[in-house]
Amino acid sequence: MTLLDITELKTYYRADDGWVRATDDVSLSIDRGETVGLVGESGSGKTTLAKSIIRLLPDNAEVVDGSIDFDGTEVTELSNRELRKQIRWSEISMIPQNAMNGFDPVYTVGEQIVEVITYHEDTSKAEARERARTLFDDLGVDPDRVDDYPHQFSGGMAQRAMIALALALSPSLVLADEPTTALDVVIQDRILETIKELQEELNSAMIMITHDMSVVSETCDRIAVVYGGRIVEIADAETIIMNPRHPYTLGLRNAFPDISDDDQELISIPGTPPDLVDPDDGCRFAPRCPFAEEECWEVTPEPESYGDGHAVECHRADEIEHLQEEAGKKETWVEQDLGRSEEIEPSPPEEVELDD
Amino acid sequence: MSTERTSPIDSATGAVGDGLDYVRTKLEVFEGDRLGQIGLAILVTFLLIGIFARPYTIEFLDLTIPGLTPHDPGERAVGGRLESPSADHPLGTTDMGRDVLSQLIAGTRVTLIVGSLAAFMAVFIGTNVGLVSAYFGGWVDDVLMRITDIVYGVPFLPFAIVLVAILGSSLVNIIVAIVLILWRSTARVIRSQVLSHKQRPYVESAQAIGASHTRIMYRHILPNVLPLTFLYAAFAVGWAVIAEASLSFLGFGDPNMLSWGEMIYNVYTANAIREAWWWVFPPGIAIMLFVMSVFFIGRTLEEVVNPELRHQK
Repeated sequence: MTLLDITELKTYYRADDGWVRATDDVSLSIDRGETVGLVGESGSGKTTLAKSIIRLLPDNAEVVDGSIDFDGTEVTELSNRELRKQIRWSEISMIPQNAMNGFDPVYTVGEQIVEVITYHEDTSKAEARERARTLFDDLGVDPDRVDDYPHQFSGGMAQRAMIALALALSPSLVLADEPTTALDVVIQDRILETIKELQEELNSAMIMITHDMSVVSETCDRIAVVYGGRIVEIADAETIIMNPRHPYTLGLRNAFPDISDDDQELISIPGTPPDLVDPDDGCRFAPRCPFAEEECWEVTPEPESYGDGHAVECHRADEIEHLQEEAGKKETWVEQDLGRSEEIEPSPPEEVELDD
Repeated sequence: MSTERTSPIDSATGAVGDGLDYVRTKLEVFEGDRLGQIGLAILVTFLLIGIFARPYTIEFLDLTIPGLTPHDPGERAVGGRLESPSADHPLGTTDMGRDVLSQLIAGTRVTLIVGSLAAFMAVFIGTNVGLVSAYFGGWVDDVLMRITDIVYGVPFLPFAIVLVAILGSSLVNIIVAIVLILWRSTARVIRSQVLSHKQRPYVESAQAIGASHTRIMYRHILPNVLPLTFLYAAFAVGWAVIAEASLSFLGFGDPNMLSWGEMIYNVYTANAIREAWWWVFPPGIAIMLFVMSVFFIGRTLEEVVNPELRHQK
């Protein structure tokens, strides 16, 4: 059953020199209880996409076109008041990247969880407090610590407390914006496990934003690879890891070598993310793609289906065997002969801050 | 308390008890803070002196609480002219033969009233202007900050003198004049602080949770900038007392209420500054002590609203 249905969403930022197309023509649908990973580089528009769903965009951003249908409600058309009362937190909650700063420093963590519960539900303070303690217990934090202030928590504990806050109202969708990036690998693993367990218990859907392939491969049912504001490839987790068709996904996979394979060398993708200010037609990845052809520079590829919900935006996705073989070689990704020589612009792309 | 049935009286006494506990925990910050304790002691002394300065008559009880002043501060010739301190007049007398100690005690009231009212109002206005201005930004910010700029261009003494000349010199008008000028610095500082706070992740969390603008402003951002507000309130108390003293010294004080500033003005007009040290020093030292005590307290109060400072001890 579809919970969230995003169709042809365009979220742009106003910049001095035009529109920054942070999310361009993105369509994505998520079922109840499903976990979808959004992977991509910094500045690829992952966070913008997630924030569009809960309408937490900065003042200079605008949803230009497209629709976000959440459980039958069109989120883009809600008034601020309806959004606050019906959607935010009670239905869609968020786990921010840095939990330490996500809490208001002047209140205890417990007070903040109680506030959230009593604000949205008709619950007494004592009951809300009891729920906060139970959640803490579920997440492996000593329940007595609800009376502590955020600065008394360690990073991992603060992140757990933030997860407790996010799940306090049993939302149907949780937006996890790099929830474990600030943590070390051991804690990261435990926290991901806890999130997974609780999520299954509450049957909440989740969007997991990260640039860490290993995180998504462990936690997600489906993975969407985001590049330059577009979803370039989407499929179930196994297909993305084992059998990707987009050159960018192939490159991403190279950047996370298999630890059991001695010979495999770490191969990075040359170049930098594209400038998203009024981009020209053509594939956004073409300037960095070792397989780009004339067509890639001129025609924006449309998503093409390869069965089982596997969709790819690439003109050469049909030549998959050849691409996969080539992509494993280091020579393929050498920077030198990339791009159309006559089109190389001398000015480096301007830095556009999309995340945070 | 919540699950069992409680009578209204029980819950009321409970609430009062909780309130007292709350105040007690908040006052704990003064423990071990010598300067804060000194400040508090001085302020409480001044408060008591101010309250009990003059005799009270409670009519239906037919009871008169005697005042602290040994003589009527306005009565002439209770002693000789410009008498130096003696057992009868511990701080000597004025050129009219009035008792200086009595005047000093009576003058505490004006200081307390002006200091607390003017500072509270100024900081209240300034904090709200700064908060709203920074939080909403855009044209709201432009309008409010241009008004602040204009107020910054107004020099205090000429403004207050003109205002008092037009509206008449009364304590209320003096307070109004002080407040109209004093809110500007708080507004600016609070604005800059809120500008930084509204970008912090906890504000975004609050938005995501569904908090309204008012709630975010007053429940989340305000407590975070309160230390600064307290600090500026302390500044404002000191500044207001000094401003009132300056106005009184220039002869624009409330003629019906004696203040420390007016006492110094009287010494000056009586041409007695060089001889009557017992007349000019006490009000000056009193002003200094009072302003000092508020600063000490403001410094300590920072810890009340900043849990991180509290736990550093």
